[in-house]
Amino acid sequence: MKKLVVALVAAMLAPAALAQNIKIGVVTFLSGPAAAPFGVPAKNSAEFVVEALNAGKGPAPYTKRGFGGAAIEVVMLDEAGSTTTQVTEFRNLVQRHNVDLVIGYVSSGNCLAIAPVAEELKKLVNFFDCGTPRIFEDGSYEYVFRTSPTATMDSVGAALYVKDAKPGVKSIAGINQNYAWGQDSWGDFELAMKVLVPSVETKTSQMPKLFAGQYNAEISALMSAKPDVIHSSFWNGDLEALILQGGPRGLMKQSLTILTTGETAMHKLGAQIPDGTVLGARGPFGPYAPNNAYNKWFHGGYVGKYKEEPNYASYQMAQAFLGVKLAWEKAQDANGGKRPTNEQVAAALKGSTFEGPGGTVRMAIGKGHQAIMETAYGQTKMQGGKLTVVNVKRYPAEQVNPPEGAKSAEWIKSGFKAK
Amino acid sequence: MNQLLSVGVDGVIYSAWLFTAALGLTLIYGVMKIVNVTHGSFYALGAYAGASLTGAWLARGYPPMLSYAVLFASALAITLLVAPLIERAILRFMYAKDEVVILLITYALFLILEDVIKLVWGVNPYFIAEPYALLGSFNVAGLAYPTYNLILVALALVAGLGLTWILHSTRVGKLLLAVIHDPEISRAMGINVNRYYLVTFTFGSLLAALAGAFTAPTVSVVPGLGVEIIVLSFAVVVIGGLGSLPGAALGAVIVGVVRSLSVHYLPQVELFVIYFVMAAVLAVRPRGLFSLAEPRKI
Repeated sequence: MKKLVVALVAAMLAPAALAQNIKIGVVTFLSGPAAAPFGVPAKNSAEFVVEALNAGKGPAPYTKRGFGGAAIEVVMLDEAGSTTTQVTEFRNLVQRHNVDLVIGYVSSGNCLAIAPVAEELKKLVNFFDCGTPRIFEDGSYEYVFRTSPTATMDSVGAALYVKDAKPGVKSIAGINQNYAWGQDSWGDFELAMKVLVPSVETKTSQMPKLFAGQYNAEISALMSAKPDVIHSSFWNGDLEALILQGGPRGLMKQSLTILTTGETAMHKLGAQIPDGTVLGARGPFGPYAPNNAYNKWFHGGYVGKYKEEPNYASYQMAQAFLGVKLAWEKAQDANGGKRPTNEQVAAALKGSTFEGPGGTVRMAIGKGHQAIMETAYGQTKMQGGKLTVVNVKRYPAEQVNPPEGAKSAEWIKSGFKAK
Repeated sequence: MNQLLSVGVDGVIYSAWLFTAALGLTLIYGVMKIVNVTHGSFYALGAYAGASLTGAWLARGYPPMLSYAVLFASALAITLLVAPLIERAILRFMYAKDEVVILLITYALFLILEDVIKLVWGVNPYFIAEPYALLGSFNVAGLAYPTYNLILVALALVAGLGLTWILHSTRVGKLLLAVIHDPEISRAMGINVNRYYLVTFTFGSLLAALAGAFTAPTVSVVPGLGVEIIVLSFAVVVIGGLGSLPGAALGAVIVGVVRSLSVHYLPQVELFVIYFVMAAVLAVRPRGLFSLAEPRKI
């Protein structure tokens, strides 16, 4: 009897020891202005994906339970607060919570600050959303990855779409938030437009303060300038306020208006977005996601669980998990089925290609640490009481992302040729 | 010429919005000597209450034209629920303390109320677009402006002129002026100073909540809404002189017009132009444009 008990206990403990949980730190905005458009949809996505993967209900090749048979355990952290706070919290995740890896970060400032700390602590981190191309253009890392494309792709894709949708465009104008994201987005877009249409004139560039909220004067200035095209990388309440204040004044009717992160607003503000507005989703996400098995699994599961549409931040979070899962399992297989080290997972993720709900993700630049994907833009059209996108154009990954070793700004300046 | 006209219209709309928001701040400072950071919270509370109650009103198919009355009622209800509670439960025990201590207390309350808002309304945005477009548009210099903006201008005029009339032409106003000038003597003369503090705090907060509620149809109501407005309101009342009613009006007009000019003619400087004006005014008139020799006034 005693032997039986010992055997039972051993049998119960053995699988647990083999399949010790994989602890993943997930960092995204749970409070503050970025929570609603990015943080909460990304958190929901992480919860849905983890639940599905732990139940072994991912689509092939993501069918193995959790990561390589071990259940995923999430330590969720709020990204709100200063960059210094985030660096401290990252250290806590690694040194106190002993997470195996970290997936997170919306803010480019936070990504830039976390990257060297991850390297110092030798902890694998996968940035799921932040856009700055500087991370891998100005630095070289072993443990840092980003499975979503950079903001350069958004701006170049926007310029290509404008050229296609408005042949003979003569003038452009911009309204972007006055900080790194807004300035870089406008800078890249303006530069790309001048390369594509050298005669294009910039009528005005409005740079209101982040979260200013009141844009009557800016809208008047834009409407007075009468540009052919208006570019905006506004996000969150600023994007929604621009739509709410600009729509009734006919801003989007007067000029072809391209909102590079507009997809986050389409699910909430559908009826308020005038037909013909160009919406971006920072990649082939949301309405631009391919009709593949991964999207059917993700979109269906997400809508079923939360009764709302996933936005691009949700897609980015899902593919961040899937990319790391595949690399983890590849490294585990190469390690004879034993739990892989962060170095082994990094080696497997580096330069890899995987499929996700947004289509093919190739870790093709930044020495194999930075993803490239195709991108898409389309124009809004209210159909049957639902806001849809029409005139969708897709641009291959190589057309909208710089090649390996090239810096984004130099690549655009050189007419999209520089190496 | 057309552009100058639109500068003027944009400046007036922005000034009106800012004046309504800043008026309560200067009133509370004038009477109670409190730099009230919770003013931003009342602005946010007004916006949330306005967006959620008006949204519910419209969703039930009730007459959209009455949504403006619902916005007003929402601001009034949320203020009557929260402002007296804060004044009676916390602030009244702090009046003897230093102004800086009270400032820190109101800042702490602001942070608490930010979290309370998140607890009650969550982090998802609230929208009520209908009232903004309902009244149609008017044209100035070839540009369309929603007529709703005139409601904001009317609200600012009614609030400013109404408060001036109350202060200078009613018995209550005159007693309040006495409290402003010397609470101790007023108390000795039989004025219930505590009641005036309660009413002032509630009325000042109501002005912030009204500004928030009537801004709600033009913005996405999200957490953090009250942060920006408190900074701008503070700039306005500092330019005009803390506690000065005409000062707040002039401060709002200066900020509105200068911002509008920079947006139209020199957008690169829009980010700091308001604070540049504030710094320039303070360099010349350290107590603001309408500061007088008396230590207390309104």
